[in-house]
Amino acid sequence: MEIVKLATAGTMESSDAYVEIEPAASLDIQLESVVQEQFGDEICRVVREVLEEGGVSGANVRVVDRGALECVIRARVETAILRGKGDA
Amino acid sequence: MSKVVSSIKEVVQLAGLKDGMTVSFHHHLRNGDFVLNMVMEEIAQQGYKDINVNASSLFDVHVPILEHIKNGVVTGIAADYIAAGVGRAISQGIMEKPVQFRTHGGRPRDIVLGNTPIDVAFIAAPTADTMGNCSGKYGKSACGSLGYAFADAMFAKKVVVITDNLVPYPLQDFSISEDWVDYVVQVDAIGNPKGIVSGTTQITRDPVGLVMASHAAQVIANSGLLKDGFSFQTGAGGASLAAAKFLKDIMLERGIQGSFGLGGITGYMVDMLQAGCFRNLMDVQCFDLKAVESIRTDPRHQEISAMHYASPASRSAVVDSLDVVILGATEIDTDFNVNVHTDSNGYIMGGSGGHSDTAAGAKLSMIIAPMFRARLPIVTDHVTCISTPGKDIDVLVTQGGIAVNPKNVELTANLKAAGLPIVDIHELKEKTERITGTPAKLPKGDRVVAEVISRDGELLDRIYNVPQK
Repeated sequence: MEIVKLATAGTMESSDAYVEIEPAASLDIQLESVVQEQFGDEICRVVREVLEEGGVSGANVRVVDRGALECVIRARVETAILRGKGDA
Repeated sequence: MSKVVSSIKEVVQLAGLKDGMTVSFHHHLRNGDFVLNMVMEEIAQQGYKDINVNASSLFDVHVPILEHIKNGVVTGIAADYIAAGVGRAISQGIMEKPVQFRTHGGRPRDIVLGNTPIDVAFIAAPTADTMGNCSGKYGKSACGSLGYAFADAMFAKKVVVITDNLVPYPLQDFSISEDWVDYVVQVDAIGNPKGIVSGTTQITRDPVGLVMASHAAQVIANSGLLKDGFSFQTGAGGASLAAAKFLKDIMLERGIQGSFGLGGITGYMVDMLQAGCFRNLMDVQCFDLKAVESIRTDPRHQEISAMHYASPASRSAVVDSLDVVILGATEIDTDFNVNVHTDSNGYIMGGSGGHSDTAAGAKLSMIIAPMFRARLPIVTDHVTCISTPGKDIDVLVTQGGIAVNPKNVELTANLKAAGLPIVDIHELKEKTERITGTPAKLPKGDRVVAEVISRDGELLDRIYNVPQK
């Protein structure tokens, strides 16, 4: 099932991430991170992985990362996907 | 004879300022300071070029200095601490000549020894009389101690006192005396009281901070140093203050009377004095209103100069008698070298201040820091910048364990015997990276933007520019 509406998850607090997802034909991930240099590629890889696990093949995803651990990023993206599908 | 001059404009000329000279400032008015900006604006207006600024610290309020750098008015900066506002621009490469970082003890050392001559010192004084006797304890802009300004007053070729509370001669209970002062200028305001002293910094309620603070207090309690005559310095961060609170409880419970609290004094140190934990406070700078009130009214609370605080050129300095200091870090490496100059992206956002002076002097110097901040591990293989060498650091306290510098064999045994969670610093690094992941290395610039000079005057490290995309 695909993303059917704009949805968000997370906050802009330090050590959290804010995720926005909206319907689109193909996959586009935009990342803004306070640890861009140190973890930017790794964060994009994880976001892509969670989208794949959620069966999302088309969406515009914007992640504003404030230094979140990987488990937090996964949780925020997963929640945004569920909300975008109308499941949560 | 009159020393009172009508304006900053006039005094700059009277003091004989010329292109290429050095002016100096002290930072007790902290982020509320108006004086540095007022003076530099006047110097710029009068068309001076190539001026060196030797300031004990630069805060974000001093961002206007960036314009003077761009215009060639200021071409050299020496400071002990530079906050992020100015620091970021320096890391981007705004200056041709590298900034010189010293410590709060190294700065007066080099002034006293004549290595960094000052042509005109500008002393921001919350109260002064017409001959220049001045104090930080009184007036609407009261900041308490004037500790960092003494070396400037005593060794600059010309000394200008700038005050917003000019009182009739003689001022009682002065700090810096008239025999050092050439001119006195009255202005409307030397600073914004809101930025000069903070309200009371709250003790942390963050559970991670409380665990660290409790460990820190336990390390001190089991170090063998906590007995009558104990002396102590701590920073103003939330976890450091919580450690002081736990320490206070232990001291009161065991009935220990310490000799002195040192520093940068906060209201919590005043509480410890009043509770009988210390006989005295030795104060080079007041951080909050309670400290200012205390230094004004309590004779046990003593103002000290930066030379007396920490200079290695002094016959002795208070740091030489210090038992325990609690310090912070942005990074610490597996050799216990500490960085407090740059942030995790390499931008200047601080400086040693008294970090390396107290670490060198204290019998036990402790770093208190979380395992990671915003995903970045505190322990690295090599710090971006060595602010304080690892040989002067004894213990790192985190929520994930306490790492003791291997040179401290006895301390390690004591802390283990007390049941504290001791961990090898390499293991602590691995443990942290299992949670955060391993950060990729930062690209390093190719140009030196700052030199870190040790308290003894040696080049300790260089800070490189941060490449801009």
